[in-house]
Amino acid sequence: MTIVIQIIFALIAMLILGSALMMVLAKNVIHSALWLIASFFGVGALYLLLQAEFLAVVQVLVYVGAISILILFAIMLTRAADLAGETGRQWNNRWWLSLAVAGLLFGALIVPTVIGETWNVAPTEVAGAAAGQATGIAGAAELGRGFVYEYLLQFQVIGVLLLVALIGAIVIAYDETARRRRVLTLAEELELKKRQEAREAKEAKQSRKGKGEKPLPAPVPTDTLSKGNEGNEGNEGLVVR
Amino acid sequence: MLTNYAFIGILFVVALSFPLLPLIMAFFLRPKRPTTIKQSTYECGLEAIGDVHVQFKVQYYLYAIAFVIFDVEVIFLYPWAVAFDQVGLFGFTAAAVFILMLFLGLLYEWKKGALEWI
Repeated sequence: MTIVIQIIFALIAMLILGSALMMVLAKNVIHSALWLIASFFGVGALYLLLQAEFLAVVQVLVYVGAISILILFAIMLTRAADLAGETGRQWNNRWWLSLAVAGLLFGALIVPTVIGETWNVAPTEVAGAAAGQATGIAGAAELGRGFVYEYLLQFQVIGVLLLVALIGAIVIAYDETARRRRVLTLAEELELKKRQEAREAKEAKQSRKGKGEKPLPAPVPTDTLSKGNEGNEGNEGLVVR
Repeated sequence: MLTNYAFIGILFVVALSFPLLPLIMAFFLRPKRPTTIKQSTYECGLEAIGDVHVQFKVQYYLYAIAFVIFDVEVIFLYPWAVAFDQVGLFGFTAAAVFILMLFLGLLYEWKKGALEWI
């Protein structure tokens, strides 16, 4: 059983590291993003191997399902110009510096773990597997109790963080003037037409009453609905003349 | 527990090989006589116009980020829902405050008109 798990682990590790490497080496940014998704999948499988079922599902749901889409959108929104013939160099002149920093960081993280770890995980794991407890649901329930009692403050801070992210995104990215330039819906169009016709009928009546001669063609009246439509060819056709 | 996932793993392998095998077989069996028409992008019979890499409207990103935020919210609510019978009124209030905060965000977005497609 242990050897099978180790083989599975090796496969998953190969998937994670291989796709992470491909992500760094891919020339096209979109391909990098797709390799990153594969890497996320591998991490999800690793969580499953560690019997953290809830975390695995969350990993797939959030990272594979949502974060990757966000990354792809970000690429499509920002890098349109230089995506086409992107053949930038993969290495720059300071590659040794980043190598040193990454190596130091990795060492600083891995060395204490390797030294401090007592490597007798296998017996407890076997015992846990023998007990055959449904750790998945229990884990989620524990997490839920944790959110409410021990980590209540953190739970609420996450709520504030999400709120700030939502409002921040709107404040930064939302173009409010674009809303007024939009194409009218059919109902609004009909409403505009009705008002226009009413006004024309009224003007025609007034001019007939006044002089009894045909008035000059009035300038096209702008309505409240079409206010702020300057510079939009799409809406000019909607104004009934 | 892990043996249950072995079936998913087997299914994954089968599902992966099912489309891959015909493609690999076709790669070896098919005649290779490419022409420019054959190699052009298939676009439902129409000729493809312009570049693939157009710049998308920023509003896609707003939708995406709103989706991610509410996705994460729901994920934080899952464990709470599983432990619902254990946390009592206190837990209910805590989650209600959490939901209310994000509801305020939704209201702001709605009021601002960011949910409308323009």
